[in-house]
Amino acid sequence: MDDFDKRLLDEFQHDFPLCPHPFASIAERLGMGEEDVLSAYRHLSEAGYVSRIGAVIKPHAVGASTLAAMCVPSDRLEEVAAFVSNLDEVNHNYEREHAFNLWFVATAQDEDSLSQVLNDIRDKTGLAVMNLPMLEDYHLDLGFPIRWS
Amino acid sequence: MELNDADFALIEALADGLEMVSCPYAVLGARVGLSEEETIGRIESLIAGGVIRRFGVVVQHHRLGLCANGMSVWDIPDADVADVGQRMGAFPFVTLCYRRPRCLPDWPYNLFAMVHGSERQIVLAQVDQLVSELGLATVRHDVLFSRRQFKQRGARYAHKLEAAQ
Repeated sequence: MDDFDKRLLDEFQHDFPLCPHPFASIAERLGMGEEDVLSAYRHLSEAGYVSRIGAVIKPHAVGASTLAAMCVPSDRLEEVAAFVSNLDEVNHNYEREHAFNLWFVATAQDEDSLSQVLNDIRDKTGLAVMNLPMLEDYHLDLGFPIRWS
Repeated sequence: MELNDADFALIEALADGLEMVSCPYAVLGARVGLSEEETIGRIESLIAGGVIRRFGVVVQHHRLGLCANGMSVWDIPDADVADVGQRMGAFPFVTLCYRRPRCLPDWPYNLFAMVHGSERQIVLAQVDQLVSELGLATVRHDVLFSRRQFKQRGARYAHKLEAAQ
C-alpha cells in the first residue's frame, strides 16, 4: 500500500464528495487522474481494505436493529456462524472470546420482523439468543483515524 | 425526519455501497428511478436530517492491522449511565458507545464501548485509561476480543425494493 492508497482510505471516510463525478473530485484534490483513483479504490476493495463506499445509517432511523449474542458449543460454532451469516438480515457477525461467543447485528423493516428473525435463529439452532437492542447512543461513528505503522 | 418510499429505496440500494465508476450517483439513481441530481439531493437531505450519520469510505479495520477489536462492557448504575456513557463516548479510541439492557442473570452489563487498537495490549491499556479517568475502579467490567469476523457489510433495513420488483 502506498501513500496515495493511504490517503484514499484515510481522508474520505467522512464527507465523500456529493457531485456527479466524485472520484474526479478526489483525483483533483490529490493531484491524480480520475482513472487512477477509481482503479486504486477497486483494488483496495478487492484486497479487502475497503468494505464499501457508502452510508452509515443512524440506528433506529430506518427500520429496527439489534445486537444479539449466543453461547454456541465450540464444535457447532462454524455451522451456527455460517447459518447466521447467511441470513440477509444479518450484517455483522463476529466470534468473541467469551461464553457468549457469537455476536451479530440484525436489521429488519420493523420490530416484529426483527423478533421473527431472532426466533427463527433460536428455533433452527436450538440455542438461546440474547437480544440487546440499543437503548441510548452516546457516540456513533465507525470512521476512525488510521495510525499507519 | 420523515422518510418516503424513494428514501427507503435509496438507502436499500446503498447497502452495498457506491459503484466504483465515474458517475456512481447516476448509476445508483437509475436503480431506484431517480435522476443523478435527485439522488445527490436526497443523500444530502438524509445527511442533513441525521439519518445518514457518515457518508464515505468504510474501511475493514481487520485488514488494516487494527486486529484487536475489543468490546468493553460495563455494569454502570442506571442513575449514572448517561453521564458515564457520554464521557466514555468522547474518548478518541472509543468508536461506538451504547446503553443496552442487562439480561440477568447471564449478562450484567448495560454499557458497551468498542475500542480498536493495533494489538491487544493497546486495547487493554486504553480500557485501563477509561477505568482510571472515569473513576470506574469498582465497576464490574469485561473486554470481549473478537476472534473471527464472519461477516461485515452495510445493513439492509427494508426489503421494499425487492418486494416492488
